[in-house]
Amino acid sequence: MRYVIRRVLYAVFVVWAAYTITWLLLFYLPGNSASMIISGAGADVDQTLLASLEARYGLDRPAYEQYFGLLWQTVTGDLGTSITLGVPVAVVVGGALPHTLALGGLALAFSVVLGLGIALLANTARATWLRNILFSLPSVFLSFPVFLTGLILIQVFAFNLHLLPAVGNDGFRALILPALTSGIPASAAIAQVTAKSLYEYTHGPQATFLTARGVGRGRIVYAHGLRNAVIPAATIIGMSVGGILAGAVITETVFSRQGLGRVLQAGVVSQDVPVVQGVVIISALLFALANLAVDLFYPRIDPRIRLGIA
Amino acid sequence: MTLQFEDRAVAEHDEHAETALAEVPGGIAVVGTTPARARPRRSARVVQLTQPSFILSALLVVAVVTAAFLPTLFTSLDPYATDLANKLAAPTWQHPLGTDNLGRDQYARVVYGTGNTLIASLLAVVLGLSVSAVLGILAGYLGGWVDEVVGRFVDIFLAVPGLLVSLMIVTTLGYGTINIAIAVGIGSVAAFTRILRAEVLRVRESDFVTAARLSGLRWWSILPRHVFPHSIGPLIALLALQFGEALLAISALSFLGFGVQPPEPEWGLLVSEGRTYLSSAWWLAILPGIVIVLVVLAANRVSKFIEKVT
Repeated sequence: MRYVIRRVLYAVFVVWAAYTITWLLLFYLPGNSASMIISGAGADVDQTLLASLEARYGLDRPAYEQYFGLLWQTVTGDLGTSITLGVPVAVVVGGALPHTLALGGLALAFSVVLGLGIALLANTARATWLRNILFSLPSVFLSFPVFLTGLILIQVFAFNLHLLPAVGNDGFRALILPALTSGIPASAAIAQVTAKSLYEYTHGPQATFLTARGVGRGRIVYAHGLRNAVIPAATIIGMSVGGILAGAVITETVFSRQGLGRVLQAGVVSQDVPVVQGVVIISALLFALANLAVDLFYPRIDPRIRLGIA
Repeated sequence: MTLQFEDRAVAEHDEHAETALAEVPGGIAVVGTTPARARPRRSARVVQLTQPSFILSALLVVAVVTAAFLPTLFTSLDPYATDLANKLAAPTWQHPLGTDNLGRDQYARVVYGTGNTLIASLLAVVLGLSVSAVLGILAGYLGGWVDEVVGRFVDIFLAVPGLLVSLMIVTTLGYGTINIAIAVGIGSVAAFTRILRAEVLRVRESDFVTAARLSGLRWWSILPRHVFPHSIGPLIALLALQFGEALLAISALSFLGFGVQPPEPEWGLLVSEGRTYLSSAWWLAILPGIVIVLVVLAANRVSKFIEKVT
């Protein structure tokens, strides 16, 4: 129970940290929302107009007052109002969230299947050349820009094979290619960590002992090695949620999908600071929740954590 | 012949290939029984230097750096010269990467785009490295409350994925090569600091540093004289690796349209511009993307080489 409370508190800390970092970056970098609105309108900066806008957004108050005021607003679910759209950021983000959750969820599923598949095959394949290829595959995956992966998948599966829709938002079929695009780089990290863990186990004293007792190589990897690899694998799966959420900006642009990433991209283009901040905070919240879920999953699989030994 | 085979495998897959080799029955197994680490250092370096994959990677890196500063060496064509009669042409000897929607030679545009892409990536790495070097070295070496403060700072920063931090910075700073370089540089500080801190910590615990401390040297003499020379190899390897990462991030931001603005060429931007014509002229988007992949792979290979020989 104390473990659970500690992990929950840590998740709260992470979200607070994310909020603070967005605030610090926006506060200390040159240009504030008021001057951006004016420069966006194309007019020369009118000092009285600037002052009135600053008063309206509370930018004339001291830094700590702004920080705590905005922090309280955010905690109560008020993410501010979009400058360009004039609607609450919570509405904009809330509308886009389901699309990104669907994309991210499927991408995560793909990355876990692909990552674990590569790791297991790399440790069990009989042919040396196949093992070598599988061990180096993750670093090749990580060298591909996400947008290029997306375009290649579109070219092959939509334009050449006519199997799946190239762009768009409707239906499960339109979700497959974007989810693969986001899932491939995430799978690379999962494959690397799991393969390394399996490799170390199968070359360690326990595996030697098991072999001496007549246990087969496949059983050592699947029954014993995999159980030992679960902890690092779960950690990296939780971490990869962050990458998938951040990558949504590119994936959703490439596939012309709605979602948090597109909202963020549009927010950056129009310098709509509250929208950008809102998306970043929501992403950090989801990231923290994913890691919390992993943290709460640990004691179920590892009795050492349950008993507080490790 | 056998020697070459062994070293290639060792270089490409570290210990995996090494043990894999030992398992292969027949003549090659003999090679596997002479451990690579037992060889003298100098010949190991020579062997590393003559590996085809390293030579190709190094040549590519040199070519790309040269192209960044002297693009005229690589092409005689003007990247801005339009030729509407010959637009969207497939690759030929005259136009190795085809022509774009205005009939401009895509190869010349890639060559002239090298400068923008490379300078932004290098700037991002240098910025990220210099900030995190100060933080990481001080935290790792001094420990105590300095380590505590830097550790918290890194934790806070890691709560938000690097790409999102970069996008927030772009929102306030605006578009352009320098701005995305700053954005990517700052976005990488947290992860970078963590690696450097661990590296310094490793060196600090070594016997010669303890000996230096016990001889009465203060930290400001030990750091430059004992810790730094010992960490420089891994640091340069990290730098090359980080360059690949920065290149990916820079091209992603350019792909989203936040880097240099058209008609100026830049690798990520070229992919983004070619995307519109994906169904009719796939090479416009895919081939510049492949160039990015090759350069990232080459940077990773060079990084691995430095790691091995230092």
